[in-house]
Amino acid sequence: MKCFALFAVFITGGLLLFGTADFPEQGDPHSPPNAGIPGDGVSISHYYLTQTEKDTHVPNVVTAVLADYRGYDTLFETVVIFAAGMAIFAILRVSGEPRKRHRPITDSSINGDHRRIIIGTTCRLLIPVIQLFALYVVAHGHHSPGGGFQGGVILGASFILFALANNLTAALQRFSEKTFMNLACLGILIYAGFGIFCQFLEHNFLDYGVLQKIFHTADPQMARSHSMLGVEIGVAFTVTAIMFAIYANLSSKGELDNGL
Amino acid sequence: MIWQFETILLIFLVIAAVISLRVKDLLSASMIFGIYSFLICLLWATMGAVDVAFTEAAVGAGVSAVFFIATVYNTKRRSSD
Repeated sequence: MKCFALFAVFITGGLLLFGTADFPEQGDPHSPPNAGIPGDGVSISHYYLTQTEKDTHVPNVVTAVLADYRGYDTLFETVVIFAAGMAIFAILRVSGEPRKRHRPITDSSINGDHRRIIIGTTCRLLIPVIQLFALYVVAHGHHSPGGGFQGGVILGASFILFALANNLTAALQRFSEKTFMNLACLGILIYAGFGIFCQFLEHNFLDYGVLQKIFHTADPQMARSHSMLGVEIGVAFTVTAIMFAIYANLSSKGELDNGL
Repeated sequence: MIWQFETILLIFLVIAAVISLRVKDLLSASMIFGIYSFLICLLWATMGAVDVAFTEAAVGAGVSAVFFIATVYNTKRRSSD
């Protein structure tokens, strides 16, 4: 059976490699994504590369496409991350009477264990820097690579680092379950709220240009730039909360008392 | 861009992928997933997709490896097959 599976994998891989012979060269200006379909003449990537700065005052084309031109997709990407966190929560989370545990409860607080001086001190110095860098990545998504998702992952990873260096209980005292569940929902509400607010002003969903009246900016392009920052903050909230929620549920088998 | 560099990275990528399926110790397998993630991050950076490389580095090194290790810690460490 394994020989047949290996043979099937080789045939499929060979067919895929044969298919890559038809790809255009990297950076070819006449390929269909760059030059448009012949007969149609419209090239969407040419539009993005030349008009992004004029339409939104945001130099980073990737962030502009993610948060403004294709903002609807990013909203549902965030909902997918939220759904993943909810799935882990629904499958693993137990409450009520604690069952008989398989491993002994160890008191691994920072003051009682001399082996943790190195890890504890290093993390105490590093975690604020990591969190500051995460906020920088979220705020500078307009100019540098980054944005809401990357900053949210780094911020969530900083909480996971705290939970690994000290006890999961200590981390949960600072970032409790109620907090991170509320934060996850708040992130998606911020993102969808921007869209629905645009609908209240009688324009399309996620059509940020009309928010110029609310933000009192000079032109609709700056309103789009500010709204992109707002939705990126929403994405960062959700991603941070869900990363820590998944870690907390996975490492303690759903009981949220004693982690790794 | 520099084809020698990319070829070496791709060879390491294939080796890491094959090894992560073959080892019996699941903790080592999750480490090698982290190595795979880092190598593909470098490949995307050489192709010019810096945002994607940033995301892969953050998710693969920071979060995904930790989730795998948390799961292995709560189940058993030796693979059945």
